[in-house]
Amino acid sequence: MEEAPLLAEIPRLRRYARALVGDRAAADDLVQDTLERAWSRRHSWQDDRPLRPWLFSIMHNLRLDQLRRPGIAPQSLDERIPEPGTRPTQSDALELADLAAALYRLPEEQRAVILLVALEDMSYDAIAQTLAIPRGTVMSRLFRGREHLRRLMAPESGVTHLRVVP
Amino acid sequence: MTPQPIHEDELQAWADRRLPAERQTQVESYLEQHPDTHARLQAYQAQNRALQSLFQPVLEEDIPEHLQELPRPAPLLRQRFLTWPWQSAAAVLLVLSGALAGWQAHTYLPSPSLAAALPRQAAIAHAVYTPEVRHPVEVGADQETHLAAWLSKRLGAPLRPPRLGAQGFELVGGRLLPGGQGPVALFMYQDGGGQRLTLYVSGEGSGSGDTSFRFSREGDVSVFYWVDGGFGYALSGTLDKASLGTIATQVYQQLEAR
Repeated sequence: MEEAPLLAEIPRLRRYARALVGDRAAADDLVQDTLERAWSRRHSWQDDRPLRPWLFSIMHNLRLDQLRRPGIAPQSLDERIPEPGTRPTQSDALELADLAAALYRLPEEQRAVILLVALEDMSYDAIAQTLAIPRGTVMSRLFRGREHLRRLMAPESGVTHLRVVP
Repeated sequence: MTPQPIHEDELQAWADRRLPAERQTQVESYLEQHPDTHARLQAYQAQNRALQSLFQPVLEEDIPEHLQELPRPAPLLRQRFLTWPWQSAAAVLLVLSGALAGWQAHTYLPSPSLAAALPRQAAIAHAVYTPEVRHPVEVGADQETHLAAWLSKRLGAPLRPPRLGAQGFELVGGRLLPGGQGPVALFMYQDGGGQRLTLYVSGEGSGSGDTSFRFSREGDVSVFYWVDGGFGYALSGTLDKASLGTIATQVYQQLEAR
């Protein structure tokens, strides 16, 4: 495997990691770990296979390792308003916060499926492979996650502007 | 033959436009009979678009340098003792040029360039407010005089929503939004098919020079934007570039004529 195709995937990996994790530095760390692991295993890689799904599954496994690691408390929801690409203006920040606040109230397993559909346009079967779960589980997480998000974003739910989580 | 029952998985797939064409059509006719389900699936589609808009900018960011350095075999000595002075020198240069650029930007571009921030802010406002069914605007078109007076007062300049009836779009109403340094007005229009456009007007352009028409695509949302006389304008919609461009020209001409 050459370096260039791997480096070409960085923007996509960063976007997904940022959306999944929320925090910019933590997301970039996850991307870096993914690249390093992929690079260290490049000799076992067959060039005729598509690179991206392989990278996403590496990232997913690393993320699971992180979440399982003892001693690292999961960040509170409030700290995980994602950092958008450009410095947010006040209006950006408010509007992003609505969607983001709802997004980070979802269980991560639901958020992952929603993001792979919305951002990566990945097929349901490819998502099942990437996350190493049955397709039926992909579909139920997608359904539950979307419904959850829809209720959170509904104006009458009264939680979209809530910033403080008890 | 009676059509097969429709499973929830297929509804999800319909929202993502992933069903085979024939099945997509069958589900569509089912949805015509079930408006609640249809609205639910449309909300999922709006979620997809909003998430794309939210995270699109990450794709355009400069990639941090440390991510581009894959571990490679290099003699340790060379790395330690030969490279570092150059790296430090480069770092000093970077800091200097950054400071210089900042100073220049401060001198010549008073606010972080309005034109640069406009399309993204406008697209986000579009993505957030157009899916709203119950509260798309704060003040409806039935109170157009009040709407114009209110937003003019808040933006500190006479402002009247352009008329786009000839293009098939009627005013739904407007709302006030916070911008980077002050208020922003958002007008919403809708055509007979329920397609919505938004016109984002920011009064923060007093330090920015006028610009020509520019076009940007933010996820699914197309945006024509320009800065004129201290105001930034952005027209956003999901229609094709040519149609949106025609309407943007119309908006510009009506604003010019005042």
